[in-house]
Amino acid sequence: MKIVAICGAGVGTSGILKVNAERALARLDIEAEVTATDLASVAVAAADAQVILTSPEFVDRLGKTNADVIVVQNYFDLDELTAKLEAALG
Amino acid sequence: MLALPDAAILLGRTAADWRGAVLLAGEALQAAGFVQQSYGARMVGMVEEFGAYIVIAPGLALAHARPGPDVLASGMSVVTLAEPVVFGHPYNDPVSIVLGLAVITADEHVAGIAELANVFNDPAALGRLGAARSAADVRAVFEVPGVS
Repeated sequence: MKIVAICGAGVGTSGILKVNAERALARLDIEAEVTATDLASVAVAAADAQVILTSPEFVDRLGKTNADVIVVQNYFDLDELTAKLEAALG
Repeated sequence: MLALPDAAILLGRTAADWRGAVLLAGEALQAAGFVQQSYGARMVGMVEEFGAYIVIAPGLALAHARPGPDVLASGMSVVTLAEPVVFGHPYNDPVSIVLGLAVITADEHVAGIAELANVFNDPAALGRLGAARSAADVRAVFEVPGVS
């Protein structure tokens, strides 16, 4: 399974999202590859992704995708991330 | 963790708005020798282009821009605000702590970012930063054992 974390620059916030998504997935005992990338690369990076993780600002800019889009409010709330990933993947 | 010298820590500052707050984080990065002056404006530009997505948790903004020639070394800055400012985020406003992040390449700071997650996954960390009265107080918040 492939999960992509999106932010504007692909440098800071998506990195935090990636780290914490991996922790949430470990809690759920789900195996997945999580990558961090920027909005400009999303079409390629998320072409075969099952889930896109991002912030509210980017939802309307993602364009067409077959992936489930998970909007994350607090990047440091592992409970929120775990619950949303479980709902999307469970 | 990412370098965080005293010069990169500004406590109890006042900013007129989110731009001023982000520029303070840029000034702190510049004072520490991590970036040139243009970097602060580039961090502002990220928010102008993409919105307030850098407000990644309640009260906390992670200001940053892409790597570029104005980044001299990788490092971070911490600004605490006496009065919180509004960034326009749907859930996490207002912001009282701004972290500034500068990296040379997109990949080499992954370990540093993971450590930031370690720090702020503790909900008490923001309150401790807000209450910090010295650079040593701030650094103590970031010195947590890695859990990854």
